Amino acid sequence: MGIVACTRCTKAWPLGTQVCGRCGHALVSRDRMSLQRVWAFWVLGVICYVPANIYPMLKTQTLFQVDESTIIGGAVELATHGNLGIAAIILFASVVIPLGKFWAVAFLALSVQQPTGRGRHQRQVLYEIVEYIGRWSMIDIFVVAILSSLVQLNTLASIHPGTAAMFFALSVIFTMLAAQAFDSRMIWDVQAKTKPTGDRGSET
Amino acid sequence: MNDLAPDTSLPLAELIVCPQCDAAYHLKVPAHGERAICQRCGKVLIAPRRNAGLRIIAVSLAVVFLITGAAVFPFLTIDAAGNKNAVSVIDAALAFVGGPMILLSLTTAALIIVVPLARMLLTIYVLVPLVLDRPPARHAVKAFRLSEALRPWSMAEIFVIGCAIALVKVADLATVGFGPAFWMFGILVVLVIAQDNFMCKWSVWNALERPRRS
Ligand SMILES: [Zn+2]
Ligand SMILES: [Zn+2]
Repeated sequence: MGIVACTRCTKAWPLGTQVCGRCGHALVSRDRMSLQRVWAFWVLGVICYVPANIYPMLKTQTLFQVDESTIIGGAVELATHGNLGIAAIILFASVVIPLGKFWAVAFLALSVQQPTGRGRHQRQVLYEIVEYIGRWSMIDIFVVAILSSLVQLNTLASIHPGTAAMFFALSVIFTMLAAQAFDSRMIWDVQAKTKPTGDRGSET
Repeated sequence: MNDLAPDTSLPLAELIVCPQCDAAYHLKVPAHGERAICQRCGKVLIAPRRNAGLRIIAVSLAVVFLITGAAVFPFLTIDAAGNKNAVSVIDAALAFVGGPMILLSLTTAALIIVVPLARMLLTIYVLVPLVLDRPPARHAVKAFRLSEALRPWSMAEIFVIGCAIALVKVADLATVGFGPAFWMFGILVVLVIAQDNFMCKWSVWNALERPRRS
């Protein structure tokens, strides 16, 4: 007898049940369609990440000059002023995390397309890291928002958000959606097939 | 957790299936303070805590007040050659107003105020009847679903770190100091983490399904 489980509230239902009677979540034995959503959001995230790095993130207006800095430019500027720690945090949150996340989501999505069964635990850990850490990329957006509202000192100095801020926020949101669309049960599917006594069959 | 490979003749109500890796187990609710963990992938399936409902409600109420306060009071103040400015979270969220940037304003406001606030209110709405041993509130299932769906989009803690970075960034431009709202946000972050620790999603779903027996 087949069963299908609710991924939201863990309740088991007879195979063929459409909606979980406890929490109302749609029941899918294995959400193969989820990979298409993952890739769609992934592509959108990558596309938005490009202008996010080309356009300026911050426009700083001081008495004598207007300064436009990109994400990386701003971090480099901080580093040259001696704020190495902050520069490192910004670079980590805005460059390392997004790029790492693009790589990790693509790797996970590709790895379940041809199930190998190898490194399941590592891939699960990778997925959890991606889900947990992805949100932290938003930090640069918040810094821009805080600076733009805080530094409004008449003619002395003022800071305005640049075009990149919007693209960057979109990129973070899309990659978060990509990670959420991924059905982590697919990582574990191979074991279910090679060890028939271990788990219930998952095919429809 | 209990035995992997449960007898498939077991009634479905006695099964619990790991949402992360799909391993099925014979459902045995652990004692307070203990945890049922998926043997295969390590996911915590059930983690009931004594008086968790009451504690979560208390924390949620505190967070609601803190967010309201933190939204209104300034969290950073700046002083450069007599030019002073103090900004609240609402000011920061509205920093992008004007042109297409308005979307960014709304998103920022949602991530740091609206979503955390909504999650707390939904949690209170769902848990109060359960704690009082009453039948679940109307649409409690929908409310709890929404609250869980909003979880990753609640970014108050990221905002706190953002404040600290912004402070360092303008430190050589002007004198910057933390306002009362910054400390409120700091406390709020700790409370939200504590609340997550007490929250056992499975117990809530189970209680919503069988209100009087939990
Ligand atoms: Zn369910
Ligand atoms: Zn598991």
